[in-house]
Amino acid sequence: MSSTLQTPRFSKSASTMLLLAGALAISACASKAPKELPPEPGPATTTQAPPADLGPTPGSQADFLAKMSGSDTIYFDTDKYDIDAMDQDALAKQAQWLLQYPNKRATIEGHCDERGTREYNLALGERRANAAMNYLVSLGVDAARISTVSYGKERPVALGSNEQAWAQNRRAVTVTID
Amino acid sequence: MKLHHLAALGLMLSVSAPVLAQDATQAPLAQVPVDPEAGLQVTVSDDSDWQDLGIAITTFATDADVPTQTNAGSTAALGRALSQVVAADLKNNGLFKPSGPAGLPQPAFSEVQTPNFPIWSVRSTDMLVQGYVRAAASGQLTVGCYLYDVALKQQLAKGGWQVGPADWRRAAHKCADMVYSRLSGESPFFDSKIAYIAETGPKDRRIKRLAVMDSDGANHRYLTSGQATALTPRYSPDYSKILYLSYLNGQPSIYSYDLATNSQKLIVRTGNPTMAPRWSPDGKWVLYSMSTGGRTDIYRISSAGGGTPQRLTNGPGINIGGSYSPDGSRIVFESDRSGSQQVYVMNADGSNQHRISFFGGRAATPEWSPRGDQIAFTHIAGNLRIAVMSPDGRGMRYLTDSWQDEAPTWSPNGRIVQFFRTEKNSGITSIWQVDLTGRNERKLPTPVGASDPAWGPVRP
Repeated sequence: MSSTLQTPRFSKSASTMLLLAGALAISACASKAPKELPPEPGPATTTQAPPADLGPTPGSQADFLAKMSGSDTIYFDTDKYDIDAMDQDALAKQAQWLLQYPNKRATIEGHCDERGTREYNLALGERRANAAMNYLVSLGVDAARISTVSYGKERPVALGSNEQAWAQNRRAVTVTID
Repeated sequence: MKLHHLAALGLMLSVSAPVLAQDATQAPLAQVPVDPEAGLQVTVSDDSDWQDLGIAITTFATDADVPTQTNAGSTAALGRALSQVVAADLKNNGLFKPSGPAGLPQPAFSEVQTPNFPIWSVRSTDMLVQGYVRAAASGQLTVGCYLYDVALKQQLAKGGWQVGPADWRRAAHKCADMVYSRLSGESPFFDSKIAYIAETGPKDRRIKRLAVMDSDGANHRYLTSGQATALTPRYSPDYSKILYLSYLNGQPSIYSYDLATNSQKLIVRTGNPTMAPRWSPDGKWVLYSMSTGGRTDIYRISSAGGGTPQRLTNGPGINIGGSYSPDGSRIVFESDRSGSQQVYVMNADGSNQHRISFFGGRAATPEWSPRGDQIAFTHIAGNLRIAVMSPDGRGMRYLTDSWQDEAPTWSPNGRIVQFFRTEKNSGITSIWQVDLTGRNERKLPTPVGASDPAWGPVRP
């Protein structure tokens, strides 16, 4: 499994991680998701992440994912791109890691739910990725280390057509480049 | 592409027997004006009169049943196939309810220009379409098409075309166009092509390929492999190129795909994402939208390549899309500068930007009709629906009512709106056409899922 995580490709690895982490992925958007979503799990859940015997290489994307335990992704309200308190916590964790490994570069992928028009969602995804990047930069991460890419509504992680799925898909995912 | 193979023969046919048609010159393909004073003008917006019109489409005759190089078979089989394409064209958009060719008397080759009117009067036929097909030794095909008014015992229109074996359907589309134009007074549109995105695979790993097909879904062809996600194609007005978005270099970027050479190039070199490509009506300009620092603005650049892009909007927020008025003087586009997606109009130089949509909900993906009288767009209020409004934002009305319909584009004559529909949960997409009454909706046959349809102009 760790080898899988060490060869990340764009959102695939991020979504893999989300799936692996199960409840974590869903809980991460709890602040904006419908009320029926499960509450945020306690720190104990993180022990379910990568196997303890073979930990990821420090400074790798696998390490980033393990350390973030869901905080590699931030979530947005419908048609919005503002960074709220929960996003700020997640981005602070990301910034901490990025500042610890100053040679690492990262791409922030902006995504939207399916309930918008295709072209506008491309622009909106870019705006979300850009908002996340600006916040990281405000925390001291060099802007030259971060790039953005928008996938609009082209790459959903949650496949349903309901509020829960849409809440999970309105996201910006930080992927570090190994 | 192979336009020179499609020569006009109409004038020759007006005075000669079908057998003489092969002597025709390579004149520009044109409607043959016959009996222009006979006015049968009905607006397509009210289709009630249309469908009562009894139109019989008969099997096209042939002088000799010989093999052809077409996929339809011998000339006799081809004659049947041609009439089936004509009937399907006229029927599928709900414009007419033609009968035939099955179940109708089959005119002999000698009857094509001298219809047996009494047998059609008895059948309560108002309009009669007859035709023929002949194969030359070279493989070239000559197709003639005649429209008769049975009550008046009069020929209303005729046309003849010479086509290569691969292009036989075009002759049928030309015939359908001739009949449609003569009876409706509208411009033709069947002989045209559609660029779109072919979709396969599950929702989270959807493969999206650039593809093209004829206006009726035939002659489908993929242009890209699917390795890089392709989106939002637009045919150039001369069919030589397709603008589309590709993730080929990682960042979504607009490429110009050259159909003659099957090569493509970026329309503008920039590290920033570019999207939403559109042609000007004369093909000289390309509109595109580019994001910088989270903002998105609309730019204009020469389609010839080179030159400095000219920014037409200056924020705030997302300004995207853009569709020229038919005369090229104005551009309708989408902006969320007011807080949500709404439709705006500006002059082609970017001046005088003003909002035109004020009916609640969000309004997106505006496309100016080639006739200039309507703007089609996606209205978002919960569901996504196709709607039209006048260029001043009045008279908004829905054409569709489904869970998710988006991205309307126009038929070349501005009478049909095409869009794509997404299924809830599965995310499976399909292309649909609807007329301006909203009553006649049809799904286009595509081999796989299909989205982002863009109609090219009617072919010469």
